Amino acid sequence: MKIFRLFKDLFRDYRFAVSACVLCVLLVLAVLSIFAPNDPALWDVAPKDEAPSFTHLLGTNSKGQDVFWEATFSVRNSLIISVIAGSVSRLIAVIIGMVAGYRGRKTDTFLMFISDSLLVIPLFLIIVMLALLIREYMNLVTLGLLLALFGWAWDARVIRSIILTLRERDFTYTAVLSGTGTMRLVFNEYMPYATPLVFSTLINNMSWAIGLEITLAILGLVNMDIPTLGTTLQWAISKQAILLGYWWWILTPIVLSVLLFIALYWLSVSISEYLDPRSRIQRVGGA
Amino acid sequence: MSFIKRYLIPRLIQYFLVIFVGVTAVFFIPRFSPSDPVEKTITQLRSQGSFLDPASMDEFIEDLTEMYGLGGSLPEQYMDFWKRLFHGDFGLSFFQFPTPVIDLIAVSLPWTLALLLSTTIIGWVFGNLIGGLAGYYSRKSWSRILDTIAMIVRPLPYYIFAFALLILLGFVFRLFPISGGTSFGAAINFSWNSIMDMLWHSFLPALSLVILGGAANFQTMKLIVQNVNAENFVQYARIGGIKERRIVGRYVIRNAMLPQFTNLALSLGQIFSGALITEIVFSYPGVGTLLYNAIITGDYNLIMGIIAISIVAITTGILIIDLLYPLLDPRIRYSQGK
Repeated sequence: MKIFRLFKDLFRDYRFAVSACVLCVLLVLAVLSIFAPNDPALWDVAPKDEAPSFTHLLGTNSKGQDVFWEATFSVRNSLIISVIAGSVSRLIAVIIGMVAGYRGRKTDTFLMFISDSLLVIPLFLIIVMLALLIREYMNLVTLGLLLALFGWAWDARVIRSIILTLRERDFTYTAVLSGTGTMRLVFNEYMPYATPLVFSTLINNMSWAIGLEITLAILGLVNMDIPTLGTTLQWAISKQAILLGYWWWILTPIVLSVLLFIALYWLSVSISEYLDPRSRIQRVGGA
Repeated sequence: MSFIKRYLIPRLIQYFLVIFVGVTAVFFIPRFSPSDPVEKTITQLRSQGSFLDPASMDEFIEDLTEMYGLGGSLPEQYMDFWKRLFHGDFGLSFFQFPTPVIDLIAVSLPWTLALLLSTTIIGWVFGNLIGGLAGYYSRKSWSRILDTIAMIVRPLPYYIFAFALLILLGFVFRLFPISGGTSFGAAINFSWNSIMDMLWHSFLPALSLVILGGAANFQTMKLIVQNVNAENFVQYARIGGIKERRIVGRYVIRNAMLPQFTNLALSLGQIFSGALITEIVFSYPGVGTLLYNAIITGDYNLIMGIIAISIVAITTGILIIDLLYPLLDPRIRYSQGK
């Protein structure tokens, strides 16, 4: 019943309602890829360059593929990349934040210097360079891991500062004096304080990963045979879909990604506002 | 001077350390790569059908190794890399052989700097002003409409937003030129026509950067102002009968501006990356397009040169903003005397 009330509260925010619905539609689209009639890597399985019709809902492209089924795969794969990138980088952030916060001293200085550098350096260029080097080994998993390597810096800082305050609390002394191990203390007692943050930034990080995937695809640095939102767009651009007027081909990845980005953002904003009661009051009209 | 000791020196140490780490990464990452750039170049040449006899082949490999700075042991290469960096020598470009990399970058850098500086400043000033007003008058309907627009624009990545603008204003309505920095074949000089032509061509990339940057500033500024608004001194001013305009301009927005200055420093790297990506969309003749061409043609020297220079430029930009901060914040300025 508690879950039910939670959702009722969340759905009062129109942004949550809209984004949840859009995300559900996109998820259904991603799941539909299971029923696709053809392997997405195959070319010439449909007539080329046809406008949308009943047999091909979103038309077909110059590679001889059905745009609708291509779209289901691209949404699915982009989501897979973003989930890998988001969850692995969250894991790195939690470990680094906790170690830096709990160990303190030199470990802390060193780890925070790395995360500061990552925040300052134009990461996009470093990611491009790495992507260039592992181009031959690029698939959904390696791309997800590559992005995960760079998405943790900010969260690690925040988690560290949470741990720094918790370390001085009485319950820490009680736990340490009664013989609780460091690992157990950190992961059982401290982790719950960091969990809400981890979940709210997870969504932002997923959205960041999808955006970077699109950029890397435009630069030709990902595996072009795996349909993602980025590669679909890149194929459409490189086959001159704009000049030839195949709007159904070029607009499908754009509209889908715009919907996805807005939905993810609205979801994260509404959830974090819900989690932070101060801004909740502000929104309802207290201050 | 405790200001220098406490603030300036640690900040400068951090600055050099970040550059050191960044440049070291640029040095090491390609060297740990599974693919050898020399070998790659040769296979590329072979696949294009050129043939060299074994003796000149060996010579060619030697030249290439030299050119990529791959001769000698790793520490030697590393020292050499720094030496060349100080001289601005990144070797020759492959994509436009035999132009030195530094010359190519020198041609594109002014374009990028002009675009980046103007859009960042315009986006920052307008985003903050409008955001400040919208935060102060957060109950008005125009404030809510702007907020919704920002909510829609904000999450879009640079590429998608720029591309959408390009399709809408370049192809559907054909209002603006779709690519390049000048009209085709036009000479670049400082005549009125030439400048107008450049501005006309950079309008769309600039617009997309201004809107995206402005939306981000708008949102944070609005939130900050809403918080400042609830503080005691604002209520006191209001009760004291100070004119609303003065409260907004002199007290509220001015106070809220300071954290935004720090935010600008923190997000400079992202803004820069965004500018590069936007340039690629519009084939604007800056560093972004140069990078794109370098990647497409596999020009390692050029890529490394661009990345090394960008790291130095961005960290320097952030340092300058950080050092300007005490000039703006009286609280830091006054404490330096103590």
